[in-house]
Amino acid sequence: MSTTRFVQLLDLAAGLVLVTSFAALWLRRLVTVTWVIALQGVALAAVALVIGAYEHETELVLIALMVGVLRGVVLPGLILRAVRAGDEHREVESLINVPAALLAASGLTLVAYATTRDVVALSSTPQVRALPLGIAVMLIGMLLIVTRRKAVLQIMGVLMLDNGIALVMFLGTSGVPLAVELGIASDVLLAMFILQVLTTRIRTKFGGTDLDQLRELRD
Amino acid sequence: MSPTGIAVAVLQVILTIAVAPLLVGMMRVIRARLEGRVGAPIRQPWRDLRKLLRKQRMVSQNTGVVFSIAPLVLLASAALVAGIVPFLSTTSALDQVGDLFAIVYLLLLGTVFLSLAGLDAGTAFGGMGSSREMTIAAIAEPTLLVAIFALSVSTGSSNLGAIVADTLANPSKAASPASMLAFSALAVVTIAETGRIPVDNPSTHLELTMIHEAMILEYSGPDLALVELAAHLRLVVFLGLLANLFFPWGIATTAQPLHLLAAAGAVTVKLIVLAAVIAAAEVFIAKVRLFRVPELLAASFVLAFLAVTVSFFLV
Repeated sequence: MSTTRFVQLLDLAAGLVLVTSFAALWLRRLVTVTWVIALQGVALAAVALVIGAYEHETELVLIALMVGVLRGVVLPGLILRAVRAGDEHREVESLINVPAALLAASGLTLVAYATTRDVVALSSTPQVRALPLGIAVMLIGMLLIVTRRKAVLQIMGVLMLDNGIALVMFLGTSGVPLAVELGIASDVLLAMFILQVLTTRIRTKFGGTDLDQLRELRD
Repeated sequence: MSPTGIAVAVLQVILTIAVAPLLVGMMRVIRARLEGRVGAPIRQPWRDLRKLLRKQRMVSQNTGVVFSIAPLVLLASAALVAGIVPFLSTTSALDQVGDLFAIVYLLLLGTVFLSLAGLDAGTAFGGMGSSREMTIAAIAEPTLLVAIFALSVSTGSSNLGAIVADTLANPSKAASPASMLAFSALAVVTIAETGRIPVDNPSTHLELTMIHEAMILEYSGPDLALVELAAHLRLVVFLGLLANLFFPWGIATTAQPLHLLAAAGAVTVKLIVLAAVIAAAEVFIAKVRLFRVPELLAASFVLAFLAVTVSFFLV
């Protein structure tokens, strides 16, 4: 793989991770948002795959395949089950409207670029130059958690936040040992299971997962 | 300003005016066939224009001067842009003024005058159409500006001819993330500004949804012909911008007649492909609710914004 082709493919895959996080803010149907999160997982795997293929690291290619299966298929599948199980309203309810959320997300992207300028200045490799994208995806994941009312969407926000962290990891370190990646993967999977069980229990107890109503528990 | 440059500019204007109604006719035929109708022949828009030009000019007594000059301003600005945008060759005589800011604000000039004309007659529908058009234009114009600006960043010039020539020289630029983001943003703006289906329906006068048709409701005869022709021309200008900024292959870099002929063929093929894709897509999608349109446009603005960010930081 030539260097220019590598830079193009890397930028494309990392750019897709960012664009999917914007799409998750923009779209309204829960099922579609889940598909977008799955696409983001696949794009993240593509980033690892491109770096692994360019640097001839079989371990990174293996990690890429694992990430693709876990974040592209297994975790979105779990979320999809949670979405389908809830017979509540299938549309996203947000605290701020969609154009405002999109503008806030573009602001966060700028913040990500501004805060990582010193880090990017340290090295001139294409991976490091794409690093702010990972920070931006993390921040947008946090925005998703903060602004959405449904527990299911907040789980998606957590997953997006984690995707952002993984992207920073791939771009910043050119891959970590397989053991560490396995540990992170099982961690995320476990967190998803716990969150899903929690969501189910909230639903059976209160008949819905609108977190605004949980405030009444304090009284 | 060389004589060949002037010839190229004049040729571009004549060619786009000749092709525009035919392209619209073709889009209508494609839609009709996909919907199982036979549809009017491709040259029907030209026949309509000829019929309208023969009719008597009727103007309401309550209208002012804006109402009379709006069709002329609309057509003149669209024709001028058709002469500037590098359709056939990058060596047009108007290339020195072929700046992206000039293009965007010439197009906006037509939009503003049409909206004023919609208000001028004082009818409820005209004002409603103008207000809707401004709601859309307020987000669509900055998106257009920012999307083309994303392309000009890597070229280092805001001249459209220079941008096209640069993409010709570095074909890999067309596949860069910035360029793809800008393309999708510009595609949404094209659909919004030309009043195609997810935003506006060009083939209905349904009062609840119409935007463009509401503004031109008071026009008749030759004035209506000018407005219609200008609307067709704007469609071709937007599609041509989309085609040549992102897929410039086939455009002439000189002003030789043979090269120009080949370029005319290439740009016609590109226009037909783009128009066919839009017409076919329109059959399968429904119009978006008016209050959702700003969401769609905000998304395209964000795409354009990301394109600029990416082209500043990644390349």
